[in-house]
Amino acid sequence: MTETDKSLLVVHNLSVAFGTKDNPFKAVDRVSFHVEEGEVLGIVGESGSGKSVSSLALMGLIDFPGRVTADELRFKTTDLQTLNEKARRKITGDEISMIFQDPMTSLNPSYTVGNQIMEAIEVHQGGSKKERMTKAIDLLRQVGIPAPESRINSYPHQLSGGMSQRVMIAMAIACDPRLLIADEPTTALDVTIQAQIIELLLKLQREKQMGLVLITHDLALVAEAADRVVVMYAGQIVETGPASEIFKAPKHPYTQALMNSLPESSEGKDRLNALPGVVPGANDRPQGCLLNPRCPYATDRCRVEEPEQYGPRGRQVKCFYPLDESGRPTV
Amino acid sequence: MLQFLIRRLGMVIPTFIGVSLFTFALIYLIPGDPITIMGGERGFGAEERAELEAMLGLDKPIWQQYFIYLGNVLQGDLGTSYVTRQPVMSEFMTLFPATVELTVCAAIFAVITGLTLGILAAIKRGGILDHTVMTISLAGYSMPIFWWALLLILFFSVNLGWTPVSGRLDVMFWVDEVTGFMLIDTLLSDEDGAFLSALSHLVLPSIVLGTIPMAVIARMTRSSMLEVLGEDYIRTARAKGLSKRRIIVKHALRNALIPVITVMGLQVGLLLSGAILTETIFAWPGIGKWLVESIGRRDYPVVQGGLLLIATIIILVNLLVDLMYGVVNPRVRHSK
Repeated sequence: MTETDKSLLVVHNLSVAFGTKDNPFKAVDRVSFHVEEGEVLGIVGESGSGKSVSSLALMGLIDFPGRVTADELRFKTTDLQTLNEKARRKITGDEISMIFQDPMTSLNPSYTVGNQIMEAIEVHQGGSKKERMTKAIDLLRQVGIPAPESRINSYPHQLSGGMSQRVMIAMAIACDPRLLIADEPTTALDVTIQAQIIELLLKLQREKQMGLVLITHDLALVAEAADRVVVMYAGQIVETGPASEIFKAPKHPYTQALMNSLPESSEGKDRLNALPGVVPGANDRPQGCLLNPRCPYATDRCRVEEPEQYGPRGRQVKCFYPLDESGRPTV
Repeated sequence: MLQFLIRRLGMVIPTFIGVSLFTFALIYLIPGDPITIMGGERGFGAEERAELEAMLGLDKPIWQQYFIYLGNVLQGDLGTSYVTRQPVMSEFMTLFPATVELTVCAAIFAVITGLTLGILAAIKRGGILDHTVMTISLAGYSMPIFWWALLLILFFSVNLGWTPVSGRLDVMFWVDEVTGFMLIDTLLSDEDGAFLSALSHLVLPSIVLGTIPMAVIARMTRSSMLEVLGEDYIRTARAKGLSKRRIIVKHALRNALIPVITVMGLQVGLLLSGAILTETIFAWPGIGKWLVESIGRRDYPVVQGGLLLIATIIILVNLLVDLMYGVVNPRVRHSK
């Protein structure tokens, strides 16, 4: 699938740089993707690969000294880059909203959950206090919180992690957003709760036909939930494509390594398969392909030259030697 | 809640005993005695002296004097002043409003400027404003009160003539004492301009007394604000599309205030002790000046009684602050 004028979100060459002007560190480097109405886009990658920073940039939440640049950053027909702060805020939390990794710290401890949900409605839709209250109770019911009439007066410290995340979701969907960004929504939660929260998110996404950007490092989750997948490594996109294709036949060695590291592929072994090394930081980014020090197939060319995105639109891979069906590099 | 209140009130008793014992011991360590001072240059003969000592109860051993005193205090009798022959309690009550007026104005000054400067410094972190505020508050915190007071008097009262040098009210006004608070009494009286006069007398002492607490509150507010602004829930608030102002006032300040309130409570003790110096400098007829003069006269009952009352007030104010803490912080309210 490729982007069109009807795409919900189009991101073209988005970069986010930190550090000084002379010595910038690109946490996100020329990232392009798009999200369609009612579509689930999975963004996967290790910690430090730039997933969260990209999503914060979409929300306009990158602060000085971070610098966001893009060739195109379009939501429906609105160019997000030319909007002033006030106009941008009007969209943020209304048509585009976001939920975060740690629900326990993401809610303000000094206000009741009702107050916080009603605030989102107040700012974007207004209405009387009574209407907002009714709406907030209804939202809590939609996200599966029992006895919402009394829970609305609870403070965040009185809720469990799962409940808090449900409240966060209620807050995020309060204004019927067209695009919901979920940044590792289950990472901080108990395993048994994780499935419930994802199920809830997907149910809401289907019911409301929202675009959903699901950021995670949980490949199994993406395989199950996402329509399309973007794989990120060290601030760059290394592979994109429909979820089914990527999981059947990954073309990038990094995607392959991620999939090999799933516990299912190590059945019967003492240790899990892991990609040795870590994501390069600000000062140790290698020359050439950023993966070359960790890539089992790296050649001399990979150590000098940086590959482009190859392949048809919608199924691209950033590698000189994309893997074939059998998982071997093409030469 | 009730349990909490009872427990906190229970702590008043040991503090009370500690303070009384300490002041009692301390005052006897000061050389000189009240009778010598009463005698003045002429002095008393041995017989007169013994008679006076017996009358004041100073002939008994010190430990006995302490227990007699403690017994009287428990019955609500703080004794009478050696000098004025007035009950300590009634003298205290006459002078107390002046001190309250001064400390309250100083506290208002400290809280308003301290919070404002702290918040501004945090928002403009690293900028010129931030550095200026931090320098001012460091200077304010380190400045000796008496020196600061003299500087202000020299500049504003002597050079510019904007404010009076000392006292509570111009001599040209005669205001009946109703509440003891000059600002209120002058409003109630029909003297034209008396209120403004009372207000202008309050300005410099309040600033002087409020400077250290202001500096402490500004620094505390800044660091607390900076911490809160980095919290996840501030990011959530921004993701909701709230305005900067709303994020700072509603989401950040409320949480940043929690530690600041504790600090404010601790400042009350500082205000009352600072009042002793400030009142002496500005000839402010309050508890502080009264205590300093009484120490000079070795007026034991006044010093002891005054300190005990001040200690009690500080304890009660801190209790009040703890209760306020619960109002601001729901996590305290709901836990035992």
